[in-house]
Amino acid sequence: MTVTIPELSLVVFIGASGSGKSSFGRKHFGRFEVVSSDFCRGLVADDENDQAASAPAFDLLYEIVGKRLTLGRLTAIDATNVRPEDRKRLVLLAREHHVLPVALVFDLPEQVCHDRNQTRPDRDFGPHVVRGQRKAMKQGLRGLKREGFRYVYTFKSVEDVDAAVVERAPLWNNRKDEHGPFDIIGDVHGCYDECAALLKQLGYRLNEDDQREDGLGITVTPPAGRRAVFVGDLVDRGPGVVRVLRLAMSMAADGVGLCVPGNHDVKLLRKLNGRNVQITHGLDATLEQLEPETDAFREQVRDFIDGLVSHYVFDDGNLVVAHAGLKESMQGRGSGKVREFCLYGETTGETDEFGLPIRCDWAAAYRGRAAVVYGHTPVPEAEWVNHTINIDTGCVFGGKLTALRYPERELVSVQASDVYAEPARPFLQEREQDGRLSTQQRLDDVLDLEDVFGKRVIETRLQRSIVIREHHAAAALEVMSRFAANPKWLIYLPPTMSPCETSRLDGLLEHPSEAFAYYRNQGVARVVCQQKHMGSRAVAIVCRDPDVPRTRFGVDEDGVGVIYTRTGRRFFDDREREQRLLERLQTAATDAGLWDELETDWLCLDCELMPWSAKAQELLRTQYAAVGSAGKNALAEAAAVLQKAAERTPEAAGLLQDYTGRAADVDHYISAYQRYCWPVGSIDDLRLAPFHLLASEKQAHTRQDHAWHMQQCHRLAGGCDATIIATDCLTVDLTDERSMAEGVRWWEAYTGQGGEGMVVKPLEFVARGGRGLIQPAVKCRGREYLRIIYGPQYARPEHLERLRSRGLGRKRSLALREFALGVESLERFVRREPLRRVHECVFAVLALESEPVDPRL
Amino acid sequence: MLLTITNTTPEASDLGYLLHKHPDKVQTFNLSFGAAHVFYPEAGSTRFTAALLLDVDPIGLVRNRRGPKGEGFSLDQYVNDRPYVASSFMSVALARVFNSALGGRCRDKPGLVDRPLRLEVRLACVPARRGGEDLLRRLFEPLGYRIEAARHGLDDTRPDWGESPYFDLKLSGEVTLRDALSHLYVLLPVLDNDKHYWVGRDELEKLLSKGERWLKGHPEKQLITNRYLRYTSRLTREALSRLVDEESDPDAEAEAHDKEEETVEERISLHEQRHAAVIAALKASGARRVLDLGCAQGALLRRLMQEKQFEAIVGLDVSLRSLDAAEDRLRLDRLPAAQRERITLMHGSLMYRDRRIQGYDAAAVVEVIEHLDPPRLAALERVVFEFARPGAVVLTTPNVEYNVRFETLPAGRYRHRDHRFEWTREQFKAWAGQVCERFGYGVRFLTVGPEDPEVGGPTQMAVFEVRPDADRPGVREAP
Repeated sequence: MTVTIPELSLVVFIGASGSGKSSFGRKHFGRFEVVSSDFCRGLVADDENDQAASAPAFDLLYEIVGKRLTLGRLTAIDATNVRPEDRKRLVLLAREHHVLPVALVFDLPEQVCHDRNQTRPDRDFGPHVVRGQRKAMKQGLRGLKREGFRYVYTFKSVEDVDAAVVERAPLWNNRKDEHGPFDIIGDVHGCYDECAALLKQLGYRLNEDDQREDGLGITVTPPAGRRAVFVGDLVDRGPGVVRVLRLAMSMAADGVGLCVPGNHDVKLLRKLNGRNVQITHGLDATLEQLEPETDAFREQVRDFIDGLVSHYVFDDGNLVVAHAGLKESMQGRGSGKVREFCLYGETTGETDEFGLPIRCDWAAAYRGRAAVVYGHTPVPEAEWVNHTINIDTGCVFGGKLTALRYPERELVSVQASDVYAEPARPFLQEREQDGRLSTQQRLDDVLDLEDVFGKRVIETRLQRSIVIREHHAAAALEVMSRFAANPKWLIYLPPTMSPCETSRLDGLLEHPSEAFAYYRNQGVARVVCQQKHMGSRAVAIVCRDPDVPRTRFGVDEDGVGVIYTRTGRRFFDDREREQRLLERLQTAATDAGLWDELETDWLCLDCELMPWSAKAQELLRTQYAAVGSAGKNALAEAAAVLQKAAERTPEAAGLLQDYTGRAADVDHYISAYQRYCWPVGSIDDLRLAPFHLLASEKQAHTRQDHAWHMQQCHRLAGGCDATIIATDCLTVDLTDERSMAEGVRWWEAYTGQGGEGMVVKPLEFVARGGRGLIQPAVKCRGREYLRIIYGPQYARPEHLERLRSRGLGRKRSLALREFALGVESLERFVRREPLRRVHECVFAVLALESEPVDPRL
Repeated sequence: MLLTITNTTPEASDLGYLLHKHPDKVQTFNLSFGAAHVFYPEAGSTRFTAALLLDVDPIGLVRNRRGPKGEGFSLDQYVNDRPYVASSFMSVALARVFNSALGGRCRDKPGLVDRPLRLEVRLACVPARRGGEDLLRRLFEPLGYRIEAARHGLDDTRPDWGESPYFDLKLSGEVTLRDALSHLYVLLPVLDNDKHYWVGRDELEKLLSKGERWLKGHPEKQLITNRYLRYTSRLTREALSRLVDEESDPDAEAEAHDKEEETVEERISLHEQRHAAVIAALKASGARRVLDLGCAQGALLRRLMQEKQFEAIVGLDVSLRSLDAAEDRLRLDRLPAAQRERITLMHGSLMYRDRRIQGYDAAAVVEVIEHLDPPRLAALERVVFEFARPGAVVLTTPNVEYNVRFETLPAGRYRHRDHRFEWTREQFKAWAGQVCERFGYGVRFLTVGPEDPEVGGPTQMAVFEVRPDADRPGVREAP
């Protein structure tokens, strides 16, 4: 006997002790697929046969079954399950999780069971036990279907059991192997002309065809490889119901189209089945148009609708099509509830002032991985909301008929040529009432704590799962809540950067040869050395015009963008100054022709903003300058006193020399920090040095190499505006000693003049080595600059030697994780994913930044 | 860091005997944080100078750091002024290197110990944070010193950055050496106000023993003990009470006490009145389950706990540190079970929608909104009024018009550094009005604190209540 079970089902074994359930389970199911009551008894009470432990054992069993079904795993129950009350809870569980329950009945002769139990020393119960079980089982067998089992298979003999073959059948809705491309078409409602026009626009050819055996009279040829999918509601209200049905049925028959049922279609089916339904909401139009047709045609229509599957799951589970949408927990499942949701959506049970049911906005809460395309409720424009899109643009009500091209995500529409019906609730005005933002942008006004809080695992393209620990997320919550700019602006936070390995060269802690060696050892042939500006990190988002912050970012504020710090805080307290600086950037982008060239209305730039004192004045004043002042005065006095002492006591001469040297170190230290400070009277005193053009409308520019990024930034700096400055850079060939020597000289010259240092990056923006992602950049700081990091006297041999022992591992691992998250957030933003998906990454960078790492690295 | 002590008393070389250090040598002592060198730049019969040069090792300080976990890793550790200024390191060095002199022991000339000498003490770099030259005078003049203090500049190239907190300090007076050393021992850390190791009970003992002969009579005793023991207020009180036991000048003590209460009174009364008004409004709303959104360190929660009407009390704050403090202050671990069950502390943020705070009768939002950047206020509005949607919301914020009545507050400044805005009464009413409009609440306004006919009260309060007829606004979501 072939036992066919749906690939996702709850299989319930029914049979007396000794009827061979466990052996069957082992033979036909996976190790974890069978959940056995005996095993659960063992887990809770150390004894598989302890009947006293039955209650807790079954609690555990139900718990396990619930979890497995939630995760969409086929599960088989190995327990006697002989009484209806034993099975009731299981059927309920199956329903709750929208999977089909299957009964496998082991109706074997009593003697067989008894004999088997005899051979088992742990089953020392009398024959009455099996007899009783069989009796109970027999009584309930007829009612299995009524109990809710969709499939029932019965084994009458040992031979039956041995000969059984278990076959798993895919669910009808499972079309995961079909990857499209698809053209998904919204609610047609009998608008044949618009539907035909739309199909033609999509490249389908429609031909009258009298030769068809099914008499549908039309044959459709799709563009190569494409298929149409109707979201249902083909019928009612409109003037061309019959032609639409012919069209859809012909396409379905030829395999060039698929259709899911709409509530109107199903109501028609019930009518055709002779049921008593109310002739409302446009059904009258359908019936009138079907009237002249033949019985055979009506029969054909009936069979067509009857054969429609509630929803489809396509493309490895990445696409779901259902008439009224479908929440994640129901996707790819089959039950009455699922079908009902697909047809009608979810309602609160109340009705609104137009007498229509108030719908629960399942899409607002949707968090699923699959894109859900649906119709059912007319909307003025199709727009993505949380990875779902309603493409019913109310054609029959004088709106338009819309198709979504998948995977292109392109919308194609045909305007209705008439108003064929009046909607019960006006739908075209809806938009204006709700302000100027899109639905998604309005939903994104408030983020949910659950989307950022607690321990989280984030999947990124560059690095698989990145784990954010709970207490780091807690720290980020405080910073994000108290200081950060509107999260809608925060599409990226820059990663931390590790220094190169510690140099052993005399008097040096960092040197370019270590950076070169690192990348060469990772298999990188060419690197870009970039001047490291000493200011503050700034991320600038600049828009082409003042509408873009609202239209693209959903930020309802004046201005042309934002400049924020590495922790997401607005760089300037003074909005005026921020906007003036952005306007200069905007002009630079216009002059460079970047808007048109990149086909974008906005740019996201990674920059350094100088002077350091613009942002860090408090730190400079209270710490750097204070230490300089204290050092200078204290050491001058010490040297003076030591001078006197040395005149009396020759052994003080050593100390004198030592302290004179220290005084000189402090002077160097003071000049080191002074280089990065200048007063800012107006915006003209600021310097902005962009070094990455991170993203624009069409893409996150992570596939462009650093030469490209430098080139774009140079174009921005090339204008007449002195505020925006270029970053000097040099490409070094790591296989050429001369080239590397030149790189070292370049660094020496630059740091010799007081420059902070340089950043060395692999030419590729995202570089991988033998062991995965490699550092996107390492810094190599100058000897003088490091005084303000490690203290004025760090370079003295006794200090330097100790400072050389520093571990980079933690910092580097952090840098990679933050880099992966930064790229991920940009890519998600460019893909127009909901804000929570972008914010998750940005928040995670902030959380990682709260990990304790030596801040001097 | 350098300290020189010059004796100008005839037979000036007695200083060498008192210090127990040979005048013709440079002696070096190893200390846990570096080294101390002692030498004599002058050794005349009329001027005899001893120098203590302290060599603090900044890298050693970081690498062998002590103190509580988590204190480490702040950028200032390598770049800090410790190697250059007179600080508690100097006190520790004094106690180590001049242990006998400080203890009043002199092997060779015991008679010198109690003889006052004409001494000049010079410190090249003394930090006097929060007080400046005035503080130097208040601390040293009562002890009989003449003071010359010259403030060091901060950065010659940046006059706009102001002055440094450091002074070149010269003290001259007629005191015994042991007193002079004990004055320095106690007062240098007080001036610095930045202790390098954790304050504990033994610290207190040290203060009392080194200062026992003169601290009780010092008019700035309160300030000295406060700043010396800067981290632990409980320890301060203990130290004070021990001193007060042997009090000789009760009048001065009483005066200091009044002054203290005055400044505190001013603060407490508004605070208290605000909480009382909020509680009155919450009680009037009939609420049983209440939220304190932005509960900080739990001051209001403590009052809420005293009201039997409130069966469930939730305190939510964005700062984990505040919540820890609240947990301590409310003594949650010591409450009886029935009380403990009434209260819950939650870490959360009013910038994020939070299911945990749905379904409460009322919420207090006390002095919270002014800590948000105005554009972010929209998120709070929706989180509180749309999603959490308590039946009543009692919300307070400063009335900026009243600021002119605070004498200590410079014109145009907000009351707190973290305030992002402060509203006039009209602005507050306009804001509250549009919140009601959008979310279906009604509102009434109350004043907290003394009402001024011209500028109103110092704090303004709004009591929002859900209008029973209001449609629930916003987006409906599937459960």
